[in-house]
Amino acid sequence: MAGSEQAVSDLHAMARLRAFEERVLELWVEKLVVGSVHLDIGQEAIPVGVASVLRPEDALFATYRGHGYALAVGTPAEALFAELLGRATGINGGRGGSAYLSAPDYGFYGENSIVGAGAPIACGAALAGRYDGSGRVAVTVFGDGAMNQGSVHEAMNFASAMRLPVVFICVNNGWSELTPIADMVADPELHKRAAAYAMPGRRIDGNDPAVVRAAMSEAVELARSGQGPALIEAVTQRLVGHYIGDAEVYRRPGELDQAKAREPLVVLGERLAAAGIEPQPIIDRAREEIEEAAAAALAAPLASPETAKEHVYA
Amino acid sequence: MPETLEVNEVTATSLSYAEAVNSALARALDEVPNTLLYGEDVGRPGGVFGVTRGLQRRFGDRVFDTPISESAILGSAVGASMLGMRPIVELMWVDFSLVALDQIVNQLANVRYINRGRLSAPVTIRTQQGMAPGACAQHSQSLEALFLHVPGLRVCMPRTAQDAYDLLLAAVYSEDPVLVIENRSLYHAGKQDVTVGGPVQPIGGSRVRRTGGDVTIVTWGSITERSLAAADVLAGLGVGAEVIETVWLNPFDTESVLESVRRTGRLLVVHEANVTGGFGAEVVARVLEMGVALQAPPVRLGVEDLRIPSAPSLAEHLAPGVQDIVGAVERLVGR
Repeated sequence: MAGSEQAVSDLHAMARLRAFEERVLELWVEKLVVGSVHLDIGQEAIPVGVASVLRPEDALFATYRGHGYALAVGTPAEALFAELLGRATGINGGRGGSAYLSAPDYGFYGENSIVGAGAPIACGAALAGRYDGSGRVAVTVFGDGAMNQGSVHEAMNFASAMRLPVVFICVNNGWSELTPIADMVADPELHKRAAAYAMPGRRIDGNDPAVVRAAMSEAVELARSGQGPALIEAVTQRLVGHYIGDAEVYRRPGELDQAKAREPLVVLGERLAAAGIEPQPIIDRAREEIEEAAAAALAAPLASPETAKEHVYA
Repeated sequence: MPETLEVNEVTATSLSYAEAVNSALARALDEVPNTLLYGEDVGRPGGVFGVTRGLQRRFGDRVFDTPISESAILGSAVGASMLGMRPIVELMWVDFSLVALDQIVNQLANVRYINRGRLSAPVTIRTQQGMAPGACAQHSQSLEALFLHVPGLRVCMPRTAQDAYDLLLAAVYSEDPVLVIENRSLYHAGKQDVTVGGPVQPIGGSRVRRTGGDVTIVTWGSITERSLAAADVLAGLGVGAEVIETVWLNPFDTESVLESVRRTGRLLVVHEANVTGGFGAEVVARVLEMGVALQAPPVRLGVEDLRIPSAPSLAEHLAPGVQDIVGAVERLVGR
């Protein structure tokens, strides 16, 4: 894809993710989406950059802030809205909800509501690829806070010791839920930990989908060629609370204003405008697509209570 | 259930419990190409109890050692099973399962349900538990009840070499995740007659080890042997004890228990796990909830709600002994 064509595609993809999350927020305010919801607003360059490198045989694992990852790999927005709305047409029939949905038919092996738990599971997906001849790479995305979970350390060592094709992506938005990550580690340069596991580790600008794509391509190529795992620390910012309803009392004065000036949609929009491409129609088109998907999801019936007891056992 | 690739020769042989497990693992690895066998020290060393000896030599890179990382072992099994493998993983001690509890309870048991069967997690977890002389408080627990509180996870506790073979194969062939809890005191406790190569059984069922008309003893795990010894003593006293070994705890063979208790009118449950919250309480509740007419209140025997000390002299009387079981039955029958 030519540079400008790719940039237009990236902006459209990121705008879809943004529009999805903003529509979810409205649905939550209307009490149509209920429960704990974690929006990915401001961090869209990472799912878009990551997904653009994946092949059909690859397996992607994300966190509860994962709607965008499901969307970016191609899961229909309608099925995702329906999942959050508890509809029969939801991608998991209403079983996963906002924080634990999955779409294996699209290579999305799921969100996870336990911080860091997806990392060992991704190792297993990569391990399976060693025997099934698929050439699969497994990608696990987690936050900066998860870097302090034992399961992530176990997974990094496991993958490295066994040279498994796993790409570890740490989305560093500076906030370990409601607490600054800098206060929770002695060294906030999280990418350096890769050295302890003898794998490549680098910190990148997580607000630029092209940068994410380039780093991801390099890591995936290494993994696919049998050279083992890598860690990418993608620095970004969360423009919203940890969850919908988070009062964000912890924010520093001016923090959000600064963050909004460098967030991915703004940056890429300005870049396109400078190149003579008007960004707003691209964003509007994405918004319309998402609105249509939401409307279709809202028209679907609620998941039937009779299905609640199915599939506990084979 | 995967199709059996070759017709097995049914052979009567003599094996220790450990050898029976080894034989079942070898058959699973041989018959089911997407099985993997891994865990701490299971590959080249052949396991700390020698149970997996020779399997890496025979099956190559499908049998391997892992770091001492229970979350990674279980988590990778979850992921590999989601992508089509049938991992058989070992947790060296059941006490170590607590380090991997997130992967077992929050992850493994949810895969099928959340994905409405589009994904499943046919993982077999082998572990072993129980008291043995000199084991410390972190190597002596009987934790089956923790896992019986987790829908989506099957649990069995083989005691005989034949069941060690049959239940493990049933677990590997099951589409559900199964926790197979073995017992290290049984691994090398002598040879038993074992039929290998027979048809793979479905999960579930129980074993009536002895029939009797006066009392039903429901028991599982190695302590079954004390229940059977007690039944011998009771027979000498003119009391007929029916001993049902419920080798599968999930699914639990409630029907067989109910049928027996309806006949005997008396129920004793014996397990090595602590009494409070033990599965014995569940067995008693199921019988009472069905309104079975009992001639005496049901009794649970287990380890009191204690921590387990290391010194043999401190630990040896904590689990119910033969005399404790005999005494409980005598009280049940009003002697």
